[in-house]
Amino acid sequence: MPKTATSTIEALSQQGYEAGFITDVEQDMAPPGLDESTVRFISAKKGEPEWLLEWRLKAFRYWQEMVEPDWANIHYPAIDYQSIIYYAAPKGVDDRPKSLDEVDPEIRRTYERLGIPLEEQLVLAGVAVDAVFDSVSVATTYRAKLAEKGIIFCSFSEAVREHPELVRQYLGSVVPPTDNFFAALNSAVFSDGSFVFIPKGVKCPMDLSTYFRINARNTGQFERTLIVAEEGAEVSYLEGCTAPMRDENQLHAAVVELVALDDASIKYSTVQNWYPGDAEGVGGVYNFVTKRGLCRGKRSKISWTQVETGSSITWKYPGCILLGDDSIGEFYSVAVSRLRQQADTGTKMIHIGKNTRSTVISKGISAGHGQNTYRGMVKIMKGADGARNFSQCDSMLIGDQCGAHTFPYIDVQNPSARMEHEATTSKVGEDQIFYCQQRGLGEEEALGVIVNGFCREVFRELPMEFAVEAQKLLEISLEGSVG
Amino acid sequence: MKPIIQIENLHAGIDGVEILRGIDLTVMPGEVHAIMGPNGSGKSTLAQVLAGREDYEVSAGSVTYQGIDLLELSPEDRAREGVFLAFQYPVEIPGVSNTYFLRAALNAIRKHRGEPELGTVDFINLIKRKIQLMQMDESLVKRALNEGFSGGEKKRNEIFHMAVLEPTLAILDETDSGLDIDALRTVAEGVNRLRAESRGFLVITHYQRLLNYIVPDIVHVMVGGRIVRSGGKELALELEERGYADFETELAAAAAPAG
Ligand SMILES: Nc1ncnc2c1ncn2[C@@H]1O[C@H](COP(=O)(O)OP(=O)(O)O)[C@@H](O)[C@H]1O
Ligand SMILES: [Mg+2]
Repeated sequence: MPKTATSTIEALSQQGYEAGFITDVEQDMAPPGLDESTVRFISAKKGEPEWLLEWRLKAFRYWQEMVEPDWANIHYPAIDYQSIIYYAAPKGVDDRPKSLDEVDPEIRRTYERLGIPLEEQLVLAGVAVDAVFDSVSVATTYRAKLAEKGIIFCSFSEAVREHPELVRQYLGSVVPPTDNFFAALNSAVFSDGSFVFIPKGVKCPMDLSTYFRINARNTGQFERTLIVAEEGAEVSYLEGCTAPMRDENQLHAAVVELVALDDASIKYSTVQNWYPGDAEGVGGVYNFVTKRGLCRGKRSKISWTQVETGSSITWKYPGCILLGDDSIGEFYSVAVSRLRQQADTGTKMIHIGKNTRSTVISKGISAGHGQNTYRGMVKIMKGADGARNFSQCDSMLIGDQCGAHTFPYIDVQNPSARMEHEATTSKVGEDQIFYCQQRGLGEEEALGVIVNGFCREVFRELPMEFAVEAQKLLEISLEGSVG
Repeated sequence: MKPIIQIENLHAGIDGVEILRGIDLTVMPGEVHAIMGPNGSGKSTLAQVLAGREDYEVSAGSVTYQGIDLLELSPEDRAREGVFLAFQYPVEIPGVSNTYFLRAALNAIRKHRGEPELGTVDFINLIKRKIQLMQMDESLVKRALNEGFSGGEKKRNEIFHMAVLEPTLAILDETDSGLDIDALRTVAEGVNRLRAESRGFLVITHYQRLLNYIVPDIVHVMVGGRIVRSGGKELALELEERGYADFETELAAAAAPAG
């Protein structure tokens, strides 16, 4: 009799999480727990100026008064914030390495196994990489060339030391520490991240890229990214994430702030494959992220593209505040929930300026016991004459034990606004799989083809190499989902 | 000469209900067989069983394809071995370009045969040749697979796939239904161009008119999951005149003593 679908599934579901290995480097850690002294410890470790310590402490005090949000469609045991380690740096990088040769070979091997293009030759291919290993940025490549154009691309800590005036001007200007529970937590304890500044009139000559990797046991990762594009500046930024396999649930609470002045454009792309936990829902990363862009200037544009395949829990709503007249916000998203993954993700588009436009394309894929929720808000303020929004939310179900949910919130306060919303839910049919098989494709390949077709509108927004990576990642993560 | 396919006493059903009740059929290389029969007689079931649809259970009989046991193979391996099914209802696969899909299919087949993958340039040239040969509308080839295609466009696209994949056994499941006379002629011409000494066809049709264009070597009449009559191409004309009613009565009469 023919090879059955179930035997394929069994074979494939044994396949592990490809990025799940652990690097053995001695760590420089804070003791677990969080109080004012933890905040002071982190700030002191980084030799921060007084104003930043005060900023953190204010955020911390605020956070203590806040309650964890519970409105999202996600369920998880209570997080014990006192059992988390809030600072872990690989030993020996208190002083950051001046060149790649100084990076711990063990760490470099980790990156190599992840296929991250740290080496100069690959950098020449057009990617400048800022790698964040746990909490400290370990290597930033290709900075000299960028510096010639006045572009600043460095770790957040370094930006605090070298460009304090810029950091102070923009930090918290898009996501204030009081914004939400997780943003407040991040503001108090963030340890590193990336800083990008593109000066007036400069088009960044290459895609900038950061890879985040959670490594240490029981560590939370709280990185902070700030990207500023001055008048007429342009930049495309790529963020890739992986985490090794751990049984504990690791907490990740990042904040990303983007600021675009007149005629500036920022394109921010994410491929996230943190450890999703196992089939029983044990382990995996809790990903509570606040990402927001401010289109401050006229005709400015901010575009978010995300491919979320990992994490056991994803809580993430990259949004745009369209303040400048004629500014544009975009959100393109693919979110996959399989195993016991829960994703509650979407966007917020706030139209304030006149003739502001936003586009939302969301593709949710649920397989296994995954739960996928799209939650999106489009708000048209009183003064936003001629604002336009187009939203399209498509859900795809693979198997019959998963779920897809859509919560669009629309708030229109200006009658001249034009809104379009489309939503579809489809099931990957046996008919589709069989059709592909009848043409010679294997079952897994068939699913890959179908899913990639479903995600095409999002993938085409990604830079080329990233798109290829995202497709592969999607195929790997959906292996064993047919049946 | 070895048959392309030899079906013997094939019984198959779904959810415990028997649909095919003992099919015997042999296609020799170069032959075109037509299978005609009323709706619900099991024609599509036969096509799907041969293609390897797992929903159907084969309870008895055998299918030998070029000397190998076809029923042992997975659907994709059957395809790679040269079995092609033009579906009665081709599915839409949104966002997947028709050419991308065909290339993946063709390369899967080539890989199976131990041939190198076809490079982009060679593939594009092949597609161009086939577009000409089949008089395909180029825009259909570039669009997403069957997405928003009309019924007729879908059927044509199936024949286009067949032309590109060059199967050994082509099963056409009511490719003619829903086609206007011009489309029918184009499809038939396409099939005729692909007729070859090394290839066999099973052309399933509800109507005789297709057989004016694709002239079969042998015509089978299928009723109630059995082939009740086989003959030359004139059998199709006879059917056209008499309809299926007589066969159904004959069958009922034949079944009565046993039941
Ligand atoms: N998937 C299925 N589930 C249940 N019954 C089916 C299924 N497919 C076919 N049948 C039944 O089997 C019989 C033959 O159908 P089919 O092979 O489609 O006939 P034809 O193609 O000759 O019109 C019909 O009675 C039909 O209802
Ligand atoms: Mg039929």
